[in-house]
Amino acid sequence: MSIGHTLLGLLESGPRHGYDLKRAFDEKFGQDRPLHYGQVYSTMSRLLKHGLVEVDGIETGGGPERKRYAITEAGVTDVQRWLATPEKPEEYLQSTLYTKVVLALLTHRDAAGVLDVQRSEHLRSMRILTDRKRKGDLADQLICDHALFHLEADLRWLELATARLDKLRAEVAA
Amino acid sequence: MSTREWGRDLGLGFRFAFTGGREGWIRVLLTAVGVGLGVALLLLTTAIPNALSVRHARDNDRADHTYGPVRPKAANTLVISDTDTEFHGHDVRGRLVEPEGPEAPVPPGLTAYPATGDMVVSPALRELLGSSEGRLLRARLPYRITGTITEDGLVGSRELAYYAGAKNLAPKIDGSRTARIDMYGLTGTPPQSHADPILILLVLVVFVVLLMPVAVFIATAVRFGGERRDRRLAALRLVGSDSRMTRRIAAGEALAGSLVGLVFGTAFFLLGRQFAGSMEVVGISVFPDYLNPSPTLAALVALAVPAAAVLVTLFALRGVVIEPLGVVRTAKPARRRLWWRLLLPLGGIALLAPMIGQGGSDGQFNQYLVTGGVLLLLVGVTALLPWAVEAVVARLHRGSVAWQLAVRRLQLSSGSAARMVNGIAVAVAGAVALQMLFAGVQGDYTKRTGQDVTRAQMQINLSDGTPFRTAADQFRTTKGVRKAVSLGSASLGEKDWKNGPGDTTLLVSGTCASLRETARLPSCRDGDAFVVTGGEDDAAVTKLARPGRVLHLDADHGAGKGPDVRWTVPAGLKPAHAITSPNGTRSSAVLLTPAAVPDRVDRLLDGTVYVMFDKGVPDVSEYTRNTAAKVDPFADVMVWSTTEESRNFTSIRTGLYVGALCVLALIGASLLVTQLEQLRERRKLLSSLMAFGTRRRTLSLSVFWQTAIPVALGLLLASVVGLTLGAVLLKMVGSPLGVDWRSVLSMTGAGAAVVLVVTALSLPPLLRLMRPEGLRTE
Amino acid sequence: MTPPPGSLLTARDLRKAYGPTVALDGAEFSIHPGEVVAVMGPSGSGKSTLLHCLAGIVPPDSGSIMYDGRELSGMSDAERSALRRGEFGFVFQFGQLVPELTCVENVALPLRLSGTPRKKAERAALTWLERLEVDDLGGKRPGEVSGGQGQRVAVARALVTAPRMVFADEPTGALDSLNGERVMELLTDAARSTNAAVVLVTHEARVAAYSDREIVVRDGRSRDMERAV
Repeated sequence: MSIGHTLLGLLESGPRHGYDLKRAFDEKFGQDRPLHYGQVYSTMSRLLKHGLVEVDGIETGGGPERKRYAITEAGVTDVQRWLATPEKPEEYLQSTLYTKVVLALLTHRDAAGVLDVQRSEHLRSMRILTDRKRKGDLADQLICDHALFHLEADLRWLELATARLDKLRAEVAA
Repeated sequence: MSTREWGRDLGLGFRFAFTGGREGWIRVLLTAVGVGLGVALLLLTTAIPNALSVRHARDNDRADHTYGPVRPKAANTLVISDTDTEFHGHDVRGRLVEPEGPEAPVPPGLTAYPATGDMVVSPALRELLGSSEGRLLRARLPYRITGTITEDGLVGSRELAYYAGAKNLAPKIDGSRTARIDMYGLTGTPPQSHADPILILLVLVVFVVLLMPVAVFIATAVRFGGERRDRRLAALRLVGSDSRMTRRIAAGEALAGSLVGLVFGTAFFLLGRQFAGSMEVVGISVFPDYLNPSPTLAALVALAVPAAAVLVTLFALRGVVIEPLGVVRTAKPARRRLWWRLLLPLGGIALLAPMIGQGGSDGQFNQYLVTGGVLLLLVGVTALLPWAVEAVVARLHRGSVAWQLAVRRLQLSSGSAARMVNGIAVAVAGAVALQMLFAGVQGDYTKRTGQDVTRAQMQINLSDGTPFRTAADQFRTTKGVRKAVSLGSASLGEKDWKNGPGDTTLLVSGTCASLRETARLPSCRDGDAFVVTGGEDDAAVTKLARPGRVLHLDADHGAGKGPDVRWTVPAGLKPAHAITSPNGTRSSAVLLTPAAVPDRVDRLLDGTVYVMFDKGVPDVSEYTRNTAAKVDPFADVMVWSTTEESRNFTSIRTGLYVGALCVLALIGASLLVTQLEQLRERRKLLSSLMAFGTRRRTLSLSVFWQTAIPVALGLLLASVVGLTLGAVLLKMVGSPLGVDWRSVLSMTGAGAAVVLVVTALSLPPLLRLMRPEGLRTE
Repeated sequence: MTPPPGSLLTARDLRKAYGPTVALDGAEFSIHPGEVVAVMGPSGSGKSTLLHCLAGIVPPDSGSIMYDGRELSGMSDAERSALRRGEFGFVFQFGQLVPELTCVENVALPLRLSGTPRKKAERAALTWLERLEVDDLGGKRPGEVSGGQGQRVAVARALVTAPRMVFADEPTGALDSLNGERVMELLTDAARSTNAAVVLVTHEARVAAYSDREIVVRDGRSRDMERAV
């Protein structure tokens, strides 16, 4: 996820202080990983340098410096371009898990067990997501669904891998 | 669309029928057996007229008319005497023959006449005489068997017949039982046989009644396995055949089944024909080769059955939309209308109504109207039943779960339920009507005899010149005989019989005990004479029986060719009052005790012996017949009791009943096949119902109700239509209305039994389908 | 054998073979009231057979199934049928609704099988159709409703007898994601609210995620993942 583009998008509805931006981000997108303020600060400096935002005003008081940012024409164009560009499909090759399964086979450990444990772990996450989905609003549901489908895809890969273990074992042993 | 397309699609369907694997074969086989049974029955029926006409022709060829002109003895004459008898309920055709010259004609089936004391017999009679069952008959026919009557001298394979050589037959010539003839067969054109219109009516109705359900059955048989086939058709649609092509392919499959059915039917027919040659129905047996269907009718069957198969399939698929992904039965068919369905049976009654009362005397029924009317009435059943099932089932609500399951299913597909039952309904309606007609007509026949079976069960008419008084003694000592009364009688004329006797009255002679059977006598001693009044013709007897008056005796059975025998009425006639005599008449007559009869009169009296026996003694009537044959080989034995008259009808009715049962069994089989197919379709559902704890009993009961409700409605409707038809037919023959409840009950009972059997037979598969294997999805 | 404390249904060492095919080879199972347990595993692993054995539809060749202190394998077929009628509910993938009966009659069916009068049964059925948000379908026949609606009707039918156990075999197998989720939500909510235990056979992780825990069946042997972890 591009934090820069996300913050730019949030600015489109009107100028905000850096701190407000972080709060809005966390509220809408950051349930799993809230932003550090430093991340916001460094991102905004980068955007400022590229002329995508401008400083709308500075409040000085007892605390830290509080800049108010506003989006520039170039910034709006950039958000537009970002939205219109498709994301490169990610390949969730679970390299760690793959390594584990192969290692289990090489050391004659229970590879199916590795998979079952992993599935159980996935299901644990999925249960939490499902539970949140059932209690949450539409945004929650959509976000959770996304995660659920990805996790499910992992699991389906796991199922397939399990089904193919025999073949894999033969190949590894060879 | 072109014929080529038709041919191609039918051919495709044809191939599908045989390439469907084991299941496909079973379906073709079922259809073929069903159609085959129907075809065999059709062929057999079409062969019956031919068989009867062959029989008729054979019978004509050997006819020996014992009436007709009195001929002098010549080189080409023979004297023949009819000595037909009966044994254990079977007729035995018997002839005593005495050729009088070398050119005497030989009857068909014989190459030469048997010598005196020898006889030539039919194969069936030879077999019977050789068996232990025929021991009693052997005693009656004390002739040596010297030959066999060949087929062309017999009308049936099981006919019992013999020709026995005899001597001195000429004196017995009486113009009725014994005659001198110079040829066999009918002279000139056969007289237009004026068949009993009632019999024709019976035959027509029997044909229609038995053939209708067969037609319905064939229609059902070509739909065997229909549901699975529909799925296959859907698959055909998926690969791109259009809906009309699909229908034609379906028709092709049905065509295949029906063609195999034709082959099966021919085989069944040939087998059945062979079998038919060895049995006897209603005293009629035929030789297998008599049963040749007329080529026209056979061709008609061969064309009509496959054509019907195609048409029925196209018709059945009318309400079915075959989509690529499955078969959709048009969800909500239009509500069935009643009016045109009612028109059919009403039209039938309208056709029959004008003929009411025409069968009494010599009226004729219009065969087309009869057939049409009966057909319409019966077809009316098949038209009314779907409406009735729909109307009734729509109103059924409350009830147990089993009831609800069955009713709901019927509500969704009342049409197919009604179609299944149509055959049963038609068969039962027809059978009920026929049974009723038979019962009514039979009542007629029994009432007409008026004989009092409590006073005598047999009447033996002795031939001329047999001493009747001593004969009675022989009967009295016969095993099982309780009483034998012998009476001699003759007509007394006012004038010489040569020129017509004028007024006539009856002269009866017998012992006092015998005479008391015909009149209430105040006192009686041998030598007494009585004048009896209170009978049918008091005027004549009071006019003629005046002491001193000379009366003329009928010496020649009314022919007026005999000598003029005179008898003077004696003085001292005692008055007496007539009572009903054993033969059912109440006669005004002159009664003479033996001593009062002059010898020359006594010789001319016709002797009759009335025998009353103990019915508990087995074979008593056979013993009596044997005695009769011993006393007088020319005696004419008549059995009284009503059983004799109704025997024929009983066997016709039994035959009809058996036929109807066969048809019911046939239809039951098709019901079962349809039922099983439906169950297989629902295996998944049945398994899941079982999973949540449905009792086997509940599902079994629902299967039962599902069959029982339409069948009950069908039987009810069939009874109503059958009784109506029966009533109309009875009115037509002028018999009193009477409902033969026993036959109604037995026919409906048989229909109900079919339901029970079908349900019982579909239970094991049902229980098997309820196993949890049906739940497995993988 | 003593079942774990508080368990409603416990199975030990179940074995079942269909001819030469071994479907269960020493499977174990245990469930508490109010618990939703997913049974997972690849096709042909014996999941469905396990469910059929646990529900008393199929008697196992050997092993024991204790339900509420009673040994299932000691019961007659009639007793097991009565148990299924009275205390179990079932949802299958498809083909379980009687096509001739209306939806309300279908839902009322289990109650009527246990002898509840028709009116009363249909009132109860309507209440459940409402809870599953398909009360407008009451008068329709299964052929006239969508797959998702039909499955809701099936769930209503499984729950109408207030069963203590619900057995669901791929209940969303024929549904799209949205309908499948809704059916699962309604099923698990309703089961939890009545404290019924649910055995859920599925191969879909997203469906299994509605469970409290899962067991995996592989080659006829079960693995309880809670204990394994």
